[in-house]
Amino acid sequence: MMMGAVASFVMAILLVAAPASLASTPAPSAPPSDQSFQNSISGFLRDDTRAPLPEVTITATNGTFTGTATSAANGSWNIGVPEQGTYTVELDESTLPEGIKLADGQDNPRDVTFSQTSNLSVIFAFGKGIVVQQQDFGQNLLNRLVAGLSFGLLLALAAVGLSLIFGTTGLTNFAHGEMVTLGAVLVFGFNALGLPFWLSILFALVGGGVFGYAQDAGLWRPLRKRGSGLVPMMIVSIGLALAVRYVIQFFFGGATQQLPYAQSAEVQIGPISISPNNLWSLVISAVVIAIVGVVLLKTRLGKATRAVADNPSLAAASGIDVDSVIRIVWITGGVLASLGGILWAYYRPGVTFDMGSQILLLIFAGVTLGGLGTVFGALIGSVVVGIFVELTTVFGLAADLKYVGALFIMIVVLLFRPQGILGRRERVG
Amino acid sequence: MDFGNIFASALGEMFSPTTAAYALAALGLAVHFGYSGLLNFGQAGFMAVGAYGFAVSTLTFGVPFFVALLIAIVCATLFALLLGIPTLRLRADYLAIVTIASAEIVRYIVTTNQLTAVTGSANGLAAFEGGFYSMNPFPEGSYLGMNNRDFFIRIVGWGVVIICCILVWLLMRSPWGRVLKGIREDENAVRSLGKNVYAYKMQALIIGGVLGALAGMIFTLPRGAVQPANYGTELTFFLWTCLLLGGMATVLGPVIGAMMFWVVLSLTQSILYGLIESGAITWLTTAQAGQLRYILVGVALMLLMIFRPQGVFGNKKELAFA
Repeated sequence: MMMGAVASFVMAILLVAAPASLASTPAPSAPPSDQSFQNSISGFLRDDTRAPLPEVTITATNGTFTGTATSAANGSWNIGVPEQGTYTVELDESTLPEGIKLADGQDNPRDVTFSQTSNLSVIFAFGKGIVVQQQDFGQNLLNRLVAGLSFGLLLALAAVGLSLIFGTTGLTNFAHGEMVTLGAVLVFGFNALGLPFWLSILFALVGGGVFGYAQDAGLWRPLRKRGSGLVPMMIVSIGLALAVRYVIQFFFGGATQQLPYAQSAEVQIGPISISPNNLWSLVISAVVIAIVGVVLLKTRLGKATRAVADNPSLAAASGIDVDSVIRIVWITGGVLASLGGILWAYYRPGVTFDMGSQILLLIFAGVTLGGLGTVFGALIGSVVVGIFVELTTVFGLAADLKYVGALFIMIVVLLFRPQGILGRRERVG
Repeated sequence: MDFGNIFASALGEMFSPTTAAYALAALGLAVHFGYSGLLNFGQAGFMAVGAYGFAVSTLTFGVPFFVALLIAIVCATLFALLLGIPTLRLRADYLAIVTIASAEIVRYIVTTNQLTAVTGSANGLAAFEGGFYSMNPFPEGSYLGMNNRDFFIRIVGWGVVIICCILVWLLMRSPWGRVLKGIREDENAVRSLGKNVYAYKMQALIIGGVLGALAGMIFTLPRGAVQPANYGTELTFFLWTCLLLGGMATVLGPVIGAMMFWVVLSLTQSILYGLIESGAITWLTTAQAGQLRYILVGVALMLLMIFRPQGVFGNKKELAFA
């Protein structure tokens, strides 16, 4: 019977993930230049925080030939050239955004030469000009703070679900990252099938809930009924994470895809410059988390959930249907993780099969920081992690090390306050 | 399809240096989890520490082979101490999260562009294996169809696996091992007998970690290169699959488990590729066939854990969990 349950469960995952296979693969590519030539000189303009630099003019000259390109919204530029050879490439520094300068030692104009290939990429490195350093720092700090809040809140969406599941069932769910991925992949899949954008999002959220329900009904509830220990269940969740991750890759492929409206120019609101997507993400996740909080604190269902999290046997004895509470927690967790995944796809930006497992540890860090099993702790912990990740780059940590800071702070907190910020001492044993 | 060839390559996979590395790292996990009940999800980190400790000390400091080996072991010991001090007093799932996070921290640090001069960032390091192969006693020629280098690394790799198996076996039947098993069964009971549980756990963490570091070296030597992408969390999960396949509280379990893991991966790959090439399967690309194998690994891990948690050779009474 268990065998059948597991098999039907795996089938359910396959069915849920199927639509993405029908998707076409419009890879994001550099915009074509005006002339269509065999050879091209191209590159991406990104500033030192990896943000794209649009609307910058670049010129390539060789004898009588002159080609010009303007960087697109994602910072990409591409100049078609008639033949391979040596070109002089010049970036028009007057078209750079305010406060952005070429880094020291970056030749401009510079001579570049093709070597065997039909495309030549030229990298311009940017840094902050020394003169504007002071005012830039405050500006940058504020921008990163808001971006970090946005990131932290989307982490919190996933973390609250993970924490609820941990609180009610004791399971440390390593497959939560895949629940995050599923949301974004489903939006991409439904949208590629031709559904309108809002309907794709709605279906993806429903899909996330269905996945949560299917996981509980097909796998975790039978395991609970068998009285499986928590450690074996944790290892089962690792197996599930591997299986689902590669099922998604099986249908979705290894490439990075973009959701609709993924590219957006930053807007200026008071002293803060933020992309509309990040702003939406911030507002949506704040509202959703507020709703979850109100439900948990004020409604019968919320009280029942907290009672189950506190002591399942006592809750059952007082007439609470523990199984149905856990089912609702799984469905809610699935929907929240899906939403988090969609917002994460806009934050990165891009959809990949392993996008959820990339932030799984940050979600864990948020949950652990706040205190395992406490919902509001997970919220606070995630926001701390999100802001920490973004702020460390302002204070000079290399961008490719920014996750290290968050993971490190988690370990340090465990050293001094193992129960987390809001956790109770007795939870740690 | 040429079944002779398929079975020959599966059999070759069984004794490859990579299988030896997996077996050794899984043996380390058996010391951690099977015998002591420590949930280490960062074995890939120990392997990375071993591999990079060896490669960096060879390339950057130019030390001879055995000094580099010693440095790698010392690095793994320090890493185990660093991990153990904050977490060994905590509950099992905290240790799991901290170990997996630390392994990722190691991977991020060796990947960062800031340290390219030392670690080679995402491209990794190469050409550090000269000291090892210069000790090769076998003259050039063909040994069971292998050249002398491949033969040498297999002999050394499996030699290390056998020695470590004997050591672990001896350790676990010593009084020290019995205390460790006691901690696994009931920590408080052992504590009430006056044993320093924390110290025993730390020693087990170090021993398993050093086995992981040795595995990391055996893993990188035949490749002649060490790259951070090889040491992700998935490596740890594959090692857990090997451990659970064979049986976690056994000495030979991890070794047999690693062999089974690679034979099954090799067989499924060859058979799937064969079917695709002969046109029998048209609904799969070769890339998807590769992913299908890992789906199978995940499903196998789940099924094993649900239906036969003691593994193929394990004893159900010796489970680290109820």
